[in-house]
Amino acid sequence: MKANDMPIADQTLDEILSLASLHFKVPREKLNPDDDFFKALGIDSLQTLELLTRLENHFHVELPDYELQGVTDFRTLAGKIQARL
Amino acid sequence: MKLSSAAHDGKALSWQVKDHVIEVALHRVPCNELGSLSLEELEKFADAFGGLQRDAHALIIYSDLKAGFCAGADLRELYKRSQAMDKAEALKGVRDFLERIHRVLNLIDAAPLTTIAAVHGVTFGGGFELALACDLIIADKMARFCFPELRLGLIPGFGGIPRLKRDLGNAVVRDLLLTGRSFNATKAQQIGLVSQVVAEGEVLRAARATAAQLGKFDRETAAAAKRFIKPIPHEELRREIDIFCDLFSRPAVEAGLKKFVESTEAQPYLP
Repeated sequence: MKANDMPIADQTLDEILSLASLHFKVPREKLNPDDDFFKALGIDSLQTLELLTRLENHFHVELPDYELQGVTDFRTLAGKIQARL
Repeated sequence: MKLSSAAHDGKALSWQVKDHVIEVALHRVPCNELGSLSLEELEKFADAFGGLQRDAHALIIYSDLKAGFCAGADLRELYKRSQAMDKAEALKGVRDFLERIHRVLNLIDAAPLTTIAAVHGVTFGGGFELALACDLIIADKMARFCFPELRLGLIPGFGGIPRLKRDLGNAVVRDLLLTGRSFNATKAQQIGLVSQVVAEGEVLRAARATAAQLGKFDRETAAAAKRFIKPIPHEELRREIDIFCDLFSRPAVEAGLKKFVESTEAQPYLP
């Protein structure tokens, strides 16, 4: 399925995985929607802020960090972004 | 390039004068946390600042570290030192630290040259307050700002509230302070905090270009304009120190600091 043909929520998730892969140097095929992104990307607290900023810049949304508290997997993260689009 | 001999290379920061611009580079790992070492070196800079100004029309403050501009006060040092003293002594130490850093930031705030904070990455707490003392904030698109102090049971202590109030509408100030949320450079520009947002890795170049432009104007006129439009809120700055110290003596603060210092979580800045 091409990105343009995907349902919007799936497209958001796909873009998050691609962005995370690109910036944190983890092969895209090793990232899955239900992965714990802290573990999958091996990111620390400063890099978590970097991921948040990259997502906001990419999707042109504001993601208050308290809304992401407890969010650990890419799929839930996509849902939070989707709710702001 | 004209390089002045008035240069300093310290453990936490360095400065030099290039092309009539003073450049202060922060470089204390991991992210320029402001503790006793950084304060001592900032005070050295403050002592030298008057002399450096004779050959400069602008000041740029930036970070040499990839992680960001400055993550704020060194909470680990604050907690460790507080634990080693009785409460009255710890409180006296905190007040002394705040008064010393206020003297430095007030000097930068009121300097008769144009000051630029060139920020990228983490610009939190005391780092945000250092940027707010400057006349212009130029931000890398990956810069992120936050006043997380309320999460620790405190308020910003390095002049953040009076300077935010000076620059922004009160509703925005309440949002940033009372939620303690972090926000990006685009948002910072939307609310009027940041004057330019630039591509990743371009912030120092943009700051230098801006500083070069400032050099084309009459310096006395620029200083007069600055005095007119940027008053120093001395009374509120003093009140901020008092409120911070009142709050600092509460047990909740000690618990908040302990939790932060001992946290191994990826989001330790969240309560």
